[in-house]
Amino acid sequence: MSFGEIYQIAGAGMHAQSIRLNTVASNLANAGAAAETQDSAYRALKPVFSTTYNQTQAGEVSGAQVEVAAIVETDAPLDMRYEPDHPFADDQGYVAYSNVNTVEEMADMMAASRSFETSVEVMNQARSMQQGLLQLGTK
Amino acid sequence: MAINLDAALGIHPQTLDFRVERTKILAGNLANAETPGYKAKDLNFQALISGINAGMPASSQYEVGYRVPYQTSADQNTVELGKEQARYSQNAMDYQTSLTFLNMKISGLKSAIEGQ
Repeated sequence: MSFGEIYQIAGAGMHAQSIRLNTVASNLANAGAAAETQDSAYRALKPVFSTTYNQTQAGEVSGAQVEVAAIVETDAPLDMRYEPDHPFADDQGYVAYSNVNTVEEMADMMAASRSFETSVEVMNQARSMQQGLLQLGTK
Repeated sequence: MAINLDAALGIHPQTLDFRVERTKILAGNLANAETPGYKAKDLNFQALISGINAGMPASSQYEVGYRVPYQTSADQNTVELGKEQARYSQNAMDYQTSLTFLNMKISGLKSAIEGQ
């Protein structure tokens, strides 16, 4: 019986989702930020999830934990606005704004917090299961 | 007459162990609901029961398989969140059922020992 691994899975899930929420917060804070050059413009950050397994004895099955393999910048095109009077405008009069899509970020934020809650529920359930087992024979 | 505790408790310790292992697998599915390329897994209860009926000794090695999704997604992930959550809840209730049976067995033995 391996309750320990269930807690690990739920903990790793919560950790991954909170990293995702971090990137969402960072993206939303930098939405609409102008930059002097296209290279220095803020690009939306996205976490890349992957699965890790624990080493097990032959015949046993490992639980699947989630981890953040990397955080990458999206390659969506920058928002180039024609604002010739802006101090950051280039020769053609365009200003580079960040490529953050706020609607997408809001949806991502909701999905991340739902997934986080799922992990919390998993952990609560595992706890009550273990508690029931500890009280075996006392009732 | 020797008392065999394993025989007295029957199948329930084994199913309880199976439920914990299955909780682990289903928790993994829920955690990886948004991981690209993750394939949802599950344990085979049928195989456990037919193994026990065939007189195989109790072990914590269970047959694992991949889930066949109703609809594939673009990122090759086969977790269907709603169905997975339903299975998780059902499995937790099944665990409580096994636990209740085990409790009843133990209290039965207890009253037999105390002779009241």
